[in-house]
This record gives sequence, C-alpha cells and structure tokens, in this order.
Amino acid sequence: MTSRIPALWQRENRVFVVMFALLVVAPFVVYPVFLMKCLCMALFACAFNLLIGYVGLLSFGHAMFLGSAGYASAHAAKVWGLPPELAILFGIAVAAALGVIVGWLAIRRQGIYFSMITLGLAQMVYFLCLRAPVTHGEDGIQGVPRGHLFGLLDLSDTAVMYGFVLGVFLIGFTIIYRVIHSPFGAVLTAIRENEVRATSLGYTTDHYKLIAFVLSAALAGLAGATKVLVFQNASLTDVHWTMSGEVVLMTLIGGLGRFSGPVVGAFVIGALEFKLRGGQITIVEGVVFVICVLVFRQGIMGTLGAALKLPL
Amino acid sequence: MSNLFAQLVLGLLNGAFYAMLSLGLAIIFGLLNVINFAHGALYMLGAFVAWGLLHYAGVGYWPALIIAPLVVGGLGMVLERWLLQRLYRLDPLYNLLLTFGVALILQGLFQLKFGSSGEPYELPQALKGVKDMGFMILPIYRGWVMIVSLVVCLATWYVTERTKLGSYLRAATENPGLVQAFGINVPRMVTVTYGLSVALAAFAGVLAAPIYGVNPAMGADLIVVVFAVVVIGGMGSIMGSIVTGFALGVIEGLTKVVYPTAANTVVFALMALVLVFRPAGLFGKAP
Amino acid sequence: MVLTLCAAALCAAACKKEPAPDKGPGMVAPGSGAAPAPSAGGGKIVIGVLSDMSGVYADLGGKGSVIAAQMAVDDFGGTVAGMPIEIVSGDHQNKADVGSSIAREWFDTKNVDVIVDVPTSSVALAVNKVVTAANKVFLVSGAGTSDLTGEQCSPNTIHWAYDTWALSNAAGREIVKNGGDSWFFVTVDYAFGHTLKNDATKVIEASGGKVLGEVQHPFKATDFSSFLLQAQSSKAKVVALANAGGDTVNAVKQAAEFGIVSKGQQLVGLLMFIADVNALGLPTAQGLILSESFYWDRDDQTRAWSQKFGAKDDGVMPTMIHAGVYSSVLHYLKTVAELKSAKDGKAVVAKMEATPTDDPLFGKGTIDANGRKRHAMYVYQVKTPAESKAKWDYYKLIREVPADQAFRAPADSGCPLIKK
Repeated sequence: MTSRIPALWQRENRVFVVMFALLVVAPFVVYPVFLMKCLCMALFACAFNLLIGYVGLLSFGHAMFLGSAGYASAHAAKVWGLPPELAILFGIAVAAALGVIVGWLAIRRQGIYFSMITLGLAQMVYFLCLRAPVTHGEDGIQGVPRGHLFGLLDLSDTAVMYGFVLGVFLIGFTIIYRVIHSPFGAVLTAIRENEVRATSLGYTTDHYKLIAFVLSAALAGLAGATKVLVFQNASLTDVHWTMSGEVVLMTLIGGLGRFSGPVVGAFVIGALEFKLRGGQITIVEGVVFVICVLVFRQGIMGTLGAALKLPL
Repeated sequence: MSNLFAQLVLGLLNGAFYAMLSLGLAIIFGLLNVINFAHGALYMLGAFVAWGLLHYAGVGYWPALIIAPLVVGGLGMVLERWLLQRLYRLDPLYNLLLTFGVALILQGLFQLKFGSSGEPYELPQALKGVKDMGFMILPIYRGWVMIVSLVVCLATWYVTERTKLGSYLRAATENPGLVQAFGINVPRMVTVTYGLSVALAAFAGVLAAPIYGVNPAMGADLIVVVFAVVVIGGMGSIMGSIVTGFALGVIEGLTKVVYPTAANTVVFALMALVLVFRPAGLFGKAP
Repeated sequence: MVLTLCAAALCAAACKKEPAPDKGPGMVAPGSGAAPAPSAGGGKIVIGVLSDMSGVYADLGGKGSVIAAQMAVDDFGGTVAGMPIEIVSGDHQNKADVGSSIAREWFDTKNVDVIVDVPTSSVALAVNKVVTAANKVFLVSGAGTSDLTGEQCSPNTIHWAYDTWALSNAAGREIVKNGGDSWFFVTVDYAFGHTLKNDATKVIEASGGKVLGEVQHPFKATDFSSFLLQAQSSKAKVVALANAGGDTVNAVKQAAEFGIVSKGQQLVGLLMFIADVNALGLPTAQGLILSESFYWDRDDQTRAWSQKFGAKDDGVMPTMIHAGVYSSVLHYLKTVAELKSAKDGKAVVAKMEATPTDDPLFGKGTIDANGRKRHAMYVYQVKTPAESKAKWDYYKLIREVPADQAFRAPADSGCPLIKK
C-alpha cells in the first residue's frame, strides 16, 4: 500500500497543478465573485462526495450544514464582531455539532431510509432558520462585514478575498484527499463495498460512518461560512432543500466518487446558472439530471478519466 | 374551543390532500420500489390540464375530473416505459434522481410559459357557497373535496388489498420472476400501476385547482411534506399513508392553534422520530 | 504539498493586492470605502431594472417595469449630456441574496449607474446596502417598507411610488373614520409585512380604533384557510391583509370562499395593485378598499400615457410601480443632464432631492431630505361589475390625500440623515 502511493501521487499531482494554475489565472479573465462562489460550491460538493462517493451514503439534506454554518458565522462576524477566521471556525463548529446529531440519528439506517432522515432533519433546520429571530427569516442576515484576516489582510479587497477563498478551498480539498488516501479512507471504501464483511473483519462500521459524516458536515460548513463572507449575507436559500438537490446534481454531473468530479460539476453548474436565469435554468438542470442518470452515470470526470485512462 | 374544533375540521380537509397524494407515492414505492419525486409535478400537471381544458376547450370541472387523470396517467405510463424501466436493475436512488430531474423539467417548462403567479380556476357552480356549521363556516367545495378524497382512498385500498388484481400486484413486488412464470405480464402491470398512481395525483390536482389556483410551483411545495407522510405511514403501506395523511392534517391543525409557527415543522419532527424508533413506519413491514 | 499550496495561495493574495487597482472593471471592490472607483467603461449611462420577473410580484413590476423605463428613456430623447443610455434587466426572484449579488455584479462588470424598481422589501434593503457602498443611485418603486426612508435611509436612495406608511395612513384613517374601529391583521412574515402592520397599527390607534389581533403567514403561502378562520372568529369589524401580490390574491379569493365579507366583516388589502384586482375579477374584488398613488384612468395625462404603455404590454394597464419607474427614471435623466455626469451617486441624489419633480403621472412633487418622494395618495374602492363600463375600469375615487399629509414627515422618520 505505502509503496503504491508515490506512483498515484505523481500522476494526480499533475491534475492538481493544472487545476491550481487555472484557478490562479482565472480571476484575471473571469468575474472573481463568480469564481469565489464556484469555489465555495466546489468545496461543498467535495464534502458531499466524500459521503456518497466513498462511503455510499446519499445525504439529501446537506444544505443544512452549508446554511447553518453560514448563519452562525454571519452572526459571529456581524453581531459579535469576531474576525473572519474565528467566525468561520465558529461556523464549522456549529455544522460539525449538527453533523453529530444528524449523523447519530441517520446512520442507524441504510439506503433510502438514511436519505429520508437527512431530508426530514434538513427541513426541520430550514424551518428553524425561518422562524428563529436571530436569522431574520426571509430577510436573512445582511451586511456581514468581511473584516481583516488575522488582523492583517483586508478581505474587502476582492483580490485578497479571492486568495483567501482559494486557500480555504485548497485546505478543504487537501483534507479530503488525505482522508481518502489513508487507512481510514480504505476502511470507508470497504464499508461502501460490503458493510457486512467489514463488520466481520472487526470494524465498528457505525463509528467510521459517523466520523465520515461529521467530517463531511464540517467541510460543508467551511464552504458555507466562507460563502457568507464572500456575499456578505446569509439567507434561506442556503438551507432550502433545492440547494441539497443542487449539490447532488453537481456531484452527479462531475462524476460521483471521482475525486475532482465535484469541482468540475460545481463550476459547470455555476456557469450555467450565471448564463441562464429564471425558468430556463430549472429545465436545463432537469434535463441534465435525466441524461446523467440514464446514460452518463460516470459524469464528466468519469468519462474523461476512462477515455484518458487516468484515475481522475 | 369552537376555534379548535374548526381548525381540526380544516385540518381534516388538508389531510385529505395529503392522503390522496401520499397514496400514489406509497403504491409506487411499495409495488415498484421507485421513489417518485415527480409526483408533485404530476399533481401540478393535473391541475394545469384541467385549466387548459377550461381555457382552450371550454370543458368544465366535472369532465376534467375524469379527463385530466387519464391524460396524466397516460403520460405517466410513457414515462415509466421509456425512462424508469431502464433503471430498475440499478440502485433505487437512481430512479429517485431521474424522477427528480423529470419534476424539474416539468416545473421549469410551466414556469417559463405561465410565470410563477399561475392562473385562477373558477369554483364549479354546483359547489359554490358555504354551510354554516355553527362553530365555523364551511365552504361546500371543501366539504366535497374531503368526501371525494376519502372515497377514492378507500376504494384504492380496497382494490389493492382485497381484490385479485391487487394480490397479483403484491405478489409481483415480492417475486416478479415467479409471478411472470405464472403467465402474468409483470412489466405491463407495473406500467399500468404507475399510470394509475400518477392519475391519482392528477385527480388531487384537479380537486386543488379551484381552491389554490393553478401554478407551476404548487407541487414542489407539497412534495416534501408528502414524502414525510409516506415515510411515517410506512413506505409500502397503503392504509398507512391514508391514515397518516388524515392524521397529519389534524395534527397540523392542532399545532396551528397552539403554536402556529411550528405547524410546518411538526411533520418532519414526527418523521425523524418515527424513523429512529420504527424505521419501517407506523404500518410498514420491517425493511 | 499542503503547506506549499497554502503558502502559494496566500502569497498570491498578497501579491495580487498591488496590481488590483490598475486592473479593469473585473477587479473593482465594492467594499473598499474611500473614494469611489471610476467606472472604466465611461461614456454611457446604464440603467438597471432589477425586479421579480417570474414570481409572486411579476405582474406588479416585472417586464412592465422594463417597458416603463424604456418609455422614460425614449421620452427623454435617448441620450443624456451627449451619452447614450442603455437599459439592462435582472430577475431577483424575491431573494435578498440573488438581488444583492446581481447588483454587485452589475456594478462590477456592467458599469450600471442606477438601479430602479426592486419589489420585495427584504431584497430592496439588501440592495440598498450594496448601492450605498458602491456610491451608485437607487430609485425604489417596487418595495414598500418605510424603513428605506427611516432607519435604513441612505444618501444614495430615493423611495418613489409608495410606502407602507402612506398606504396605512390613507386607507387606515379612512376606514376607521367610517366605523371600522376593530381590526385583525393577516400579515406576511417578512420585513414588508411587519412594517406595514406596525405603520397601520399606529394610524388605527391614533384614529381611535383598536387592533384585536394578528396572525402571521409564511411568504408565498397558498392556503389561507386557517388564518382566515382565526380572522373570522376574532369578530373584528375589519380584516386587514398586510401582504401583497400573489399572497393577497389568494387570501382574497379564499376569503370569498369562506364568506368573510358576506358574513359582515370588511376586507381591506393594505397593499393592492390594479393587477391584483384584474387577477381576482370584479365579482370577487368588488367593494374592496385600497390606496394607490397612481391610477391609469385618473385624468387625461395618465390615460394617454397608460394607453401608450398598454400598447407595449399586451393591453395590460400599468400599476403604480410602473408609473414610479417611469417617473423616477425621467427625473434621474433630467438631473444627470444638468450635472453632466452620473459618476457620484450621492451628488446625483442630492441634486434630485433639490429639484422639484414634474411629470404627467404624479404631477408636481418634491423629495424630502431622507429620500422620500412626495405626491398625493388616493383612496379607491373597487367598483361592482355593474358600475364598471369597460375592462380595467375598476376604481372609484373615495378620497384624495394631499402630498403634504400623504407621507411621513422627515422629522418622524428616524432617518439618521435628518438633522434634528
């Protein structure tokens, strides 16, 4: 196992370098705020993919982590005046705590029942956010200050903010990479392939699943907290079940279980949403869903990977 | 006190809708093992067909009650035959995603054509007016909806649980190969069943049109609640969906009196509870 | 590898900080405070019509607002101070995050100078912040919350067609005067609904009436049955709908279903537009009391303009939002022509406030220092089918409230810009 990693390392390194280079150059040609949104959604999709692609659990309520962390960090930054790094950490903490509760309730069941529990609990979180006075219902939390990162870097400068968001994305991405390519990750894959066998080998599968779930929730929270700082407001859109549907779409179109799939998917969907507005986007998303499920199940990166014979 | 009673009656009315919609979903899941996310959109389609019949062909409410379900049921059968059938051998989650996509397409198309504010639909003349029940004023139309829903729900339950056709369906779920070996055309039966369940949703849509108007988003708002109802009732159990649908309407009505702001959340709280302690639902069989 | 990548990213951030101000329109930072960044694409005026194009308020603003803006540009002559005028439009879908990000994007990439319309108060409040930070101009016709000229007032914003205070003042006072002294509110649960209900409560209590209770409903609700039931059992003389657009239409329809009016209670739509009356139809809407600042059939001038509007909009008559968009864009263009530049939002708005207004739709008017445009408000009652002679002949005038009484006095607004 250890001797194989450097070989994979080399090849996959190339993909990451290409990706990183593209992301550094992009803001000079493409509207940076759009890119930042895509980066946050890409991180969100990667966190989601950790669960579905590597553990085999389809969470239908992942927006609850994105949105609750968003509200938490918005509140921390605006009302408590915390600097951005602490506000984000607070957001992650809230998402992780929620992840523990939801995970503990949901992990007991498999397959479609698991998905339904996550959906139901996500709806509860939505209504909590709708009704709780601190979240201001339909108005959301507006005017969230971006502040100064570590007291030094002024995040209201778009360029600095972009660098920060890129850094956050890379940190999240790297964490997921390290988790997947670790012994822990190998157990997760074993659980996905055949849970009964994994149990018989002595692994307490529920614990592994719970840890993966909380990790996924925390990373989704990181994405949500960062997104709120980019747009300087937290709103109900981020906890609505359609957002959960969107992340499924992104991961599907990019390639379920492929490592860079969700990133590609997030950018594709982001670009589509940027170009099309209103009723058209719903139809296009629907068509994409149908086509992907029927004939394009490996998604973009999966098909590309098969064609180029690379483990993408 | 009379306010409470009135809210309970209103709750029963809402429950009738939940019951009718979740019935179709429960049948589709129980017998076909498909999570039909398109159910809400097909409900909306039923309402729009009724509106279209009135607007373009001058065909009124009463014929629409029959025609719209037939049209949408037919569409459902086509959907099943051409799209869903391809995915049966895969994980059922793929069918969920497929039907989700179909729902998005339908909703998007109608939103593009009609905008989100929707179209009004006139109450049928024979059912206009109110009846003073003492503790509340009950619009006659709503009373009609409740009665019709109850009748349709019970009729469906009867056919599925007590007739020969129903027993074929149930057998086909458990062991399609064996049933097919007995000479019954299982795929065709599955297609027809899907069509009929979807027709139920369309029927609910026609019933809803005069009260809620006809608008493209009407299904999306309802579908998540209906899922919760089906899960609580037991995902394959027809009686479970009916009972839970009505019960939920009543519980929601009660919540609106005591703690109105939580009324929308109560169904999901219940669902979470049920899934933790009885994952098969209140009436379902163990998974 | 992790450390290298992170260090590289942060370096990139620090390095990018220098070249940023030299870059083109793509890198303008709206939150930078200090002096406004010069619009690199200069030489034309861009008007952004931000509205609800497909949702519950689409018929109140929507594409009609784009038509109204275009009519103002055409009537002004198509150019101002030698610069061509361009109109862009966007759909905020009634979501504050979508609205504010469209506004931000417009300022960053399309050099939009002024945003008009914006129904849905929560979106307007969010856009208000973005506009103020970018030092552009915001002319609100769609949203109603009086907070826009109150606590959230801005030197970059003028609130045009109507607001919650004016609506409650006109209709509320009239109804209490005529005996409707006990009220029950059905309120939509967001900024607009709450402000409307609060403003109305003040007027009712000042006129000697009482508010018996309130029930709040979620935005975009379809089923009002349980809320209307509570309204009925409260036995209030007046059931007031503190909501708008599709919500109001649904509520009125269902109120008719439950026989609220036929059983003796008066129904008031605190914010109703002619588009809503059209959607309801006269048989359901007759007798409703409402207040608007514009009616297409009020006098010859409004009739002439409205016919022109209707010709472009499938025969649909304009709402007061459409009229507000026309009037505000016209006044804006006149001001920019005098200033010869639209770059400094605060300067443009200050000049707009200093100049009295005059247009065929609202007549002569003034603008207060807190950004509140003043004109007369009118209380109307919806005609019965027998009284109506033609399609769109829906209103009969009950009372006119003159401009100086129709809107809240600046001193009472709570706006920090007003020096006491």
